[in-house]
Amino acid sequence: MNALYSLLFVFLLVLIPLFGVDAAHLRSIFGVCIPMTAFIIFLVGFIYKVITWARSAVPFRIPTTGGQFKSFDPVLFPQNKLDCPQTGAQTFFRMVLEVFAFRSLFRNTAVSLHENNGPVVAYKSSKWLWLFAITFHYSFFIVALRHLRLFLEPIPFFVHGLEFVDGILQIGAPTMYLTDAGLVLGVLLLLGRRLINPRINYISYASDFFPLFLILAVALSGIYMRYYAKVDIMAIKELTMGLVTFHYHVPDAITAPFFVHVFLVSVLMAYFPFSKLMHMPGVFLSPTRNMPNDTRAKHHVNPWNDPKIMAHAYADYEKEFGVPMAEAGLPLDNPENGVPHDEADA
Amino acid sequence: MKMHYGFPIIAGLLIFVVAITAPFAVGKAVTKQYKQPEPKKVVGEKECIESVEFMRTEHMQLLNEWRDWALRDGKRIYTNHAGKQFTISLQNTCMKCHTNKAEFCDKCHNDAGVSPYCWDCHVQPEGLK
Amino acid sequence: MSNIPKADELFKSIDYTPPVTGWMETPVDFSPGHWCYPAKPEKIEYMESKLPGLWGPARQWLPSDADWKLPPNWKETVVNGFRERLKKFRTLQLFMDICVRCGACADKCHYFIGSGDPKNMPVLRAELMRSVYRGEFTLAGKILSKLTGSRVMEEHVLKEWFIYFYQCTQCRRCSLFCPYGIDTAEMTMMARELMHLVGLNTNWIMEPVSNCNITGNHLGIQPHAFKDIVDFMVDDIEEVTGRRVKAPLNEKGHEILFITPSGDVFADPGIYTFMGYLLLFDYLDLDYTMSTYASEGGNFGSFTNNEVMKKLNAKMYAEANRLGCKWILGGECGHMWRVVHQYMDTMNGDTQGPQMTTPKSPITGTVFDTAAATKMLHIVEFTADLIKHGKLNLDPSRNDHLRVTFHDSCNPARGMGLLDEPRYVLKHVCNHFFEMPPQTTREQTFCCAGGSGLNTDEIMEIRLRGGLPRGNALRYVQEKHGVNLMACICAIDRATLIPLADYWAPGVTISGTHELVANALVLEEGEVRKMDMRQEPLPGVEDEDDDWTPPNMEEA
Repeated sequence: MNALYSLLFVFLLVLIPLFGVDAAHLRSIFGVCIPMTAFIIFLVGFIYKVITWARSAVPFRIPTTGGQFKSFDPVLFPQNKLDCPQTGAQTFFRMVLEVFAFRSLFRNTAVSLHENNGPVVAYKSSKWLWLFAITFHYSFFIVALRHLRLFLEPIPFFVHGLEFVDGILQIGAPTMYLTDAGLVLGVLLLLGRRLINPRINYISYASDFFPLFLILAVALSGIYMRYYAKVDIMAIKELTMGLVTFHYHVPDAITAPFFVHVFLVSVLMAYFPFSKLMHMPGVFLSPTRNMPNDTRAKHHVNPWNDPKIMAHAYADYEKEFGVPMAEAGLPLDNPENGVPHDEADA
Repeated sequence: MKMHYGFPIIAGLLIFVVAITAPFAVGKAVTKQYKQPEPKKVVGEKECIESVEFMRTEHMQLLNEWRDWALRDGKRIYTNHAGKQFTISLQNTCMKCHTNKAEFCDKCHNDAGVSPYCWDCHVQPEGLK
Repeated sequence: MSNIPKADELFKSIDYTPPVTGWMETPVDFSPGHWCYPAKPEKIEYMESKLPGLWGPARQWLPSDADWKLPPNWKETVVNGFRERLKKFRTLQLFMDICVRCGACADKCHYFIGSGDPKNMPVLRAELMRSVYRGEFTLAGKILSKLTGSRVMEEHVLKEWFIYFYQCTQCRRCSLFCPYGIDTAEMTMMARELMHLVGLNTNWIMEPVSNCNITGNHLGIQPHAFKDIVDFMVDDIEEVTGRRVKAPLNEKGHEILFITPSGDVFADPGIYTFMGYLLLFDYLDLDYTMSTYASEGGNFGSFTNNEVMKKLNAKMYAEANRLGCKWILGGECGHMWRVVHQYMDTMNGDTQGPQMTTPKSPITGTVFDTAAATKMLHIVEFTADLIKHGKLNLDPSRNDHLRVTFHDSCNPARGMGLLDEPRYVLKHVCNHFFEMPPQTTREQTFCCAGGSGLNTDEIMEIRLRGGLPRGNALRYVQEKHGVNLMACICAIDRATLIPLADYWAPGVTISGTHELVANALVLEEGEVRKMDMRQEPLPGVEDEDDDWTPPNMEEA
């Protein structure tokens, strides 16, 4: 049901520019105003959210340790420097692997129950989610970078490099990009998982399906433009360069598929800061990953530590239990506390 | 506005913002104003093998098909949408008019950031460098 | 306990198919067995007098009642408390925002594996809070409540929290697998803090908390009784070894203050571990003292709120200062070491007296720089260092009747990284050591299902279900290697693993690591032991029927 809502909504989003652009005056709205506004929303929303996180305190240093810590004898008990970092540099490498290789996800296992002369709980390595995720994210990332050819003039060398590597199979004309296939495949796999796996389906909201359908629609509209509609790329570059040089112009040669694509991307940008897609900056800030495991050796400051919270005083303790303590032969700071009350009163 | 571990966060945020707004800075400072490239007009012939609009968007597909027809099927005659016939040959048909790669092909290909692999096999026309 | 199904039947009843109704619409079972008893009003009144404003109204109530007698402004209190904590804890703010519900955590929780209840999937447990976060604090959640999985704070939501945030042992296994490190333990801590604000609490946690504040330990053992127990153990040690050991209490002027969880002085088999410490210290002629005032290593405050955690923990440094100790040696305990390792110095480090120094073993001279801030050393590190320097004369063959495996406690594993030292010690004190499968040990270890204040009998079925992953791994090595003893370094484990093993892997006993050290420790050249620390005759010494059975944990 949630999936259906999301799908219908994305269809609706496709229809808006399809019909909207036909009304002649709206070409600059869809070509310039909407994407620029969406970009500003993205930028401001993104910064605002990250600043919100930054303003929230980090009272305790609580990394999740995933291996042996730095021992008193590192030779006898070698430290797992990546999963249990003790220094800033080690933590940095842990984060690099987390961000670029999805290391925690790579650890994933799947549980199954069996009966074999009694109960058996079995665990097997399960790297599918990791594979789907890495396919999707890297494809998306490279696709996004390749788009720089439309926003930069002259085009930097690495964009040429990406275009060459991405099209290395030289299939068809225009050459098929591997990441185009990877992106669609990645989204479909992630979607399929959400639809088919009952457990994952159970925890999915419309807001989980929507970004997947939206990104799928973005990818498909892009693919349609490149391989089927064969839009006038030079006209498009004139428009996109117009955006980044602030000389807005919508050439007549640009056709509807482009507006659909741009509109969907605009929706994605505007939606991003208010959604779970913020896991992108969020992963960098996660206190269980980005802190060294060193609080036993180095002082960490809790900005709101309350010095007024103190231990129940020993003096009060001795006052309360002094008599039996004295009887039991336990030493007292104040011997008067050891005198039974009735005697003291007397 | 008190921040906690603000420095690395702001630094990271700054890197991100600079990276995604870089095209605006480059556009303003380097490109200034962008105009579509104008490939060198052909003198002599009035019409290409298909309409200009068709050629702008479909030439890569056409060339791809020409290669297959000529080399794999041995078919050497192309009939265009208007019914006119041409010899399928990059060297003898296309490059008869479009003699200069730098002034024709590269004009758009450079700006679009594409580098077709035509010249992996074909003899490169003048103006390569 | 009588209505708990047999292990095989319970196992067959586990179904991972989610219900037909969405999780927000699926009703929660409030029948007895699904919750721990609320705190006695006098415990709350006492804590209110010590840390006012954190406890809500003290009252009699039961989760099975329709009316939980919440204070009239409870909703405001919870929502405002939530907002305040979003500012105080970046973990909370971030974990509310960035979960993508990928489901990697789903089958990592022992409670989910053993119950199949989808709300025991860490992602849904956290969604219980996240849904409220979105509904109360985000625009999208307020407008598109249904589509974004949002809802506002209602009484049934709070009640659901009470059931499910007391079905999380804060073991952090989900956090290890989460691609963003989202830690359900953090959210459980926050949810419990919020519930305390409106008087939702459990006696199993609040009674130890108030006891600990008054008497210095969770069990409420008063100083003279504490001394009696220690003296009793000294007698027992003499019975086993013929040696009368020192057991200094509250003495000033010693180098080291030794603090261990009070569970070790109270219940079988923790007492044997405690006897192990005493024997070891006497053998080394260690310059140390224990304290009745700081007679608790554990910290049930950490299952309550950060204020009480700090208050209870503060006794350690306060006592070290009073007695003039240079550093603190800590016993085998799980959550104690989470608190000591990741919280103690931050909370109370500035109360350390000038006499305190970085721990240095008086026997080997090793300086433990890794504890330079807290000045507190784990007993297993201390012993591993002794063994490394050959300072202990060990006869591991005294443990030859034991085939041993090691249970990593959640907190030392995932909140500290203490993994290899206990294994090193165990391998030096016993000849037969076997690891459980790698997906159930070290950083991937499974909880005993009784951590974070859930080691109470009224939720025994929940505990046994949660104990399935650990119990089954234990059964595996029991069948494969004939393992008959599971060692651990946690006092809660020593209490909770016994019913767990009896249920899922009958025949395996539980012990602390230093009990085995004490068994193997040769006090003087040619010393012959006739029995182990449990006063069980050693095999070959006496041919007597061994019908010792693990004691019931009726009241731990």
